[in-house]
Amino acid sequence: MRVNFTVNGRKQEADDVWEGESLLYVLRERMGLPGSKNACEQGECGSCTVRLDGVPVCACLVAAGQVEGREVTTVEGLADYAKHRQDAHPGGGCASGACGTSLQDAQQWKAHSAGGATDSQTGEGTELSPIQQAFIDAGAVQCGFCTPGLLVAADELLERNDTPSDADIREALSGNLCRCTGYEKILDAVRLAAARQGEVV
Amino acid sequence: MAGTTTGIPANVTQGSQTKGGVGESMLRPDGTLKVTGEFAYSSDMWHEEMLWGQVLRSTVAHAEIVSIDTSEALALSGVYAVLTADDLPAAKNYGMEYQDTPVLAYGKVRHHGEPVALVAADHPETARRAAAKIKVEYRELPVITDEASATAPDAILVHENRGDHHAGHVPHPNIVHRQPIIRGNADEAAKKADVIVKGEYTFGMQDQAFLGPESGLAVPSEDGGVDLYVATQWLHSDLKQIAPCLGLPEEKVRMTMAGIGGAFGGREDISMQILASVLALRTSKPVKMVYNRYESFFGHVHRHPAKLYYEHGATKDGKLTHMKCKIVLDGGAYMSSTPSVVGNASSLSVGPYVVDDVEIEAIGLYTNNPPCGAMRGFGAVQACFAYEAQMDKVAAKLGMDPVAFRQKNAMEQGTIMPTGQPVDSPAPVAELLRRVKARPLPPVRQWESSEGADVRALPGGLSNTTHGEGVVRGVGYAVGIKNVGFSEGFDDYSTAKIRIEVINGEAVATVHTAAAEVGQGGVTIHAQIARTELGVQQVTIAPADTQVGSAGSTSAGRQTYMTGGAIKNSCEIVREKVLEIGRRKFGSYHPAWANAELLLEGGKVVTDGGEVLTTLVEVLEDEAVEVEEEFRHRPTEAFDLRTGQGNGHVQYAFAAHRAVVEVDTELGLVKVIELACAQDVGKAVNPLSVIGQIQGGTTQGLGVAVMEEIIVDPKTAKVRNPSFTDYLLPTILDTPTIPVDYLELADPNAPYGVRGIGEAPTLSSTPAVLAAIRNATGLELNKTPVRPEHLTGT
Repeated sequence: MRVNFTVNGRKQEADDVWEGESLLYVLRERMGLPGSKNACEQGECGSCTVRLDGVPVCACLVAAGQVEGREVTTVEGLADYAKHRQDAHPGGGCASGACGTSLQDAQQWKAHSAGGATDSQTGEGTELSPIQQAFIDAGAVQCGFCTPGLLVAADELLERNDTPSDADIREALSGNLCRCTGYEKILDAVRLAAARQGEVV
Repeated sequence: MAGTTTGIPANVTQGSQTKGGVGESMLRPDGTLKVTGEFAYSSDMWHEEMLWGQVLRSTVAHAEIVSIDTSEALALSGVYAVLTADDLPAAKNYGMEYQDTPVLAYGKVRHHGEPVALVAADHPETARRAAAKIKVEYRELPVITDEASATAPDAILVHENRGDHHAGHVPHPNIVHRQPIIRGNADEAAKKADVIVKGEYTFGMQDQAFLGPESGLAVPSEDGGVDLYVATQWLHSDLKQIAPCLGLPEEKVRMTMAGIGGAFGGREDISMQILASVLALRTSKPVKMVYNRYESFFGHVHRHPAKLYYEHGATKDGKLTHMKCKIVLDGGAYMSSTPSVVGNASSLSVGPYVVDDVEIEAIGLYTNNPPCGAMRGFGAVQACFAYEAQMDKVAAKLGMDPVAFRQKNAMEQGTIMPTGQPVDSPAPVAELLRRVKARPLPPVRQWESSEGADVRALPGGLSNTTHGEGVVRGVGYAVGIKNVGFSEGFDDYSTAKIRIEVINGEAVATVHTAAAEVGQGGVTIHAQIARTELGVQQVTIAPADTQVGSAGSTSAGRQTYMTGGAIKNSCEIVREKVLEIGRRKFGSYHPAWANAELLLEGGKVVTDGGEVLTTLVEVLEDEAVEVEEEFRHRPTEAFDLRTGQGNGHVQYAFAAHRAVVEVDTELGLVKVIELACAQDVGKAVNPLSVIGQIQGGTTQGLGVAVMEEIIVDPKTAKVRNPSFTDYLLPTILDTPTIPVDYLELADPNAPYGVRGIGEAPTLSSTPAVLAAIRNATGLELNKTPVRPEHLTGT
């Protein structure tokens, strides 16, 4: 079947989608958006959290056909989404510019990350949302596999509650497993992003 | 010496420290890529016209394979290959220490979930459906599941013809390895004891449960070889095991590290590497393989479940007299690293205490349970759970404070280990305990505090199961000792290639190693070390691959020590070569080139007096200096097979925890309120990463204390819970605040004085939580994980 939907503000069309395919598979393998992660494919870990018409969902539990005509925001579009949060139609395209990871791209990230030892110290060259920057600054990223899902969930929390208590943060992120950090620095990151948002306002 | 000094260049007048060096909390170089979703993990690899690989796994634990019929699977549209062991190109077995693990089962299956057949198809669902159409006929055999069934005189042998070097020393062929340690005379010393305490403990099977599943991409190359992009802990160890199974020379198997989504020991053994390569070579197409979570539980080795039998004696004034123990580790169907786990469990079974008279025996079993191998803490975790429970029991029997009792018996620098090896670097065991104890306790009944009543802070949380009635608090302590690096005479080394050159008018260093960045922060500290040693700001970390020498494994807390040491070593040689060029070019301008101690700082050559001689750019111009050097820690030796004596370990790490828990005694629900840790890290190369490692390790220990366990049916040896629905991991709601207090007591033998960090916090966290639950409930609780039924007696 063919599925038409909007991903990170850009109209997309996926052809030859098998009826059983998940939104996660379509994003990762057909759209070339591997930012949403495949950790349990059972809705237990939250690594594939995306927003579907603004609502956080596990992309692994959404059938591709269900997204027909709807809007999806993934971690790749998070910075842009945050930037246009007040607009009627948030999201203005794939934030990374080059969506998808071909083998060549995959090899290039290494070169990029290699040269980027100081780039990422400043975030130079990449515009990040406040929560993305806070995750880096607070040391909330270790292996990083849970990070995209946590970012989407945390961003949604901060959108509806700009001064969350620790209990609010824990509740909002309770569907996202992280095996590396022990969560303390993730809490730090959300607190930091909230504080910075407060400063801006 | 003021005034005209160097002759050139005139604009350089002052040395400056290089930013981002050793000891600073630098941010991850891959952080931006990871928060934008651009970082390519092994499961994100993609290639035009790639196929998908799928494994068919055994549905039974122990059986003869009567027949395999692949015809229906092959007939399915979109299927390119269906392979069994008969189709394998070369060696049929692999293994890290001994090659006893079949790539695909032949003759027999020895555990539930063992790979039996392989499919390559154009869509992952096609591959799954094809695998489901393969018909395997099994003739089931009785299962070996525990010590009794394994060591019975007439027991079926899990491996009939053992050829490994342990086979000649073990009392039964179903025992992989046995390590006794005898020091002093435990029976004689026991006569001096005023109290004797015995205990029997059970440690459940824990899973590493890294989030990024086993995955990767194998691309056949024109020369008949294969390019492999996978996530692993040790590229060169994989390569040694993969190449013989593909029938290829090692140079035709080119491995590049793909992004790793956590490891914790679970990626030390081969998973899908050979399977994907075999399919790629067979189909002449790129093959991507991604285990789903169910397969991941079968696709890697787990932490050894253990039975531990302990006896301690102590005098009235609180001195330990002796210790006897037997530790039985279940290694499952294949060897993996079980012998080394046995060595660790036995040599660290006393814990960080002074006990002169010991009688220790650790064994590892072959059974039909899932294979077990490396996991964070590696044999020391199970022992710590038992000896710390014993310490509380002895203290209670003596009427002593459990922390004071531990401190009285704590080892220190100079203590002789039960293996006869002296502890020759700081061992601040008593101090670590003092620090966690001195920390103020979190407020009681905190669900009522500050922000008003919040049911979320109670055991049961949002389930709203209690409003505080029946909730009791407990506090518990534990401390542990872990060896760092590879022990028992293993030739442990790491390699680093360092290059320095001028790019765009700036001196840039490139660090190339094969070290796996599993999330622990290696890439960050590699750049920090290069900056410190070479005084440059710009450092490039080259991709980890097999084009450079082995870095050894990212495990055993060894990478900062070993690859950090290799980088430091290589940088020192680079520095000498750079100065050599400088002397050649500018030596005649200034006597300091010949007679002063010269440093590289802030991109300049500086004397130890702070005088700037020139810049690196001026020295190097268009020359590049490149050095590839190995680093070895001091040699260790094997433990004697009868007495266990020998200088087997390189270094020790110590961590202590205090756990505060609240327990709903009616429903048996536990809420861990705080889990404070104090640890000696030798030198915090990156304090931010240090804290992250300690908090992460602590949480894995918490998990095994209250929820994590792979449940294996004792009758059938089948795994009952291979999913994240049924294998429970701590969420952010289950994990308390984890305050960390770290000491930096340098190890004089280690680069920068570092001490391995990642493993020690996993040891003491579990027994601390158990001690706190015992303190709250008064129950004995000798098993992990503690489940509600253990607390309510239902």
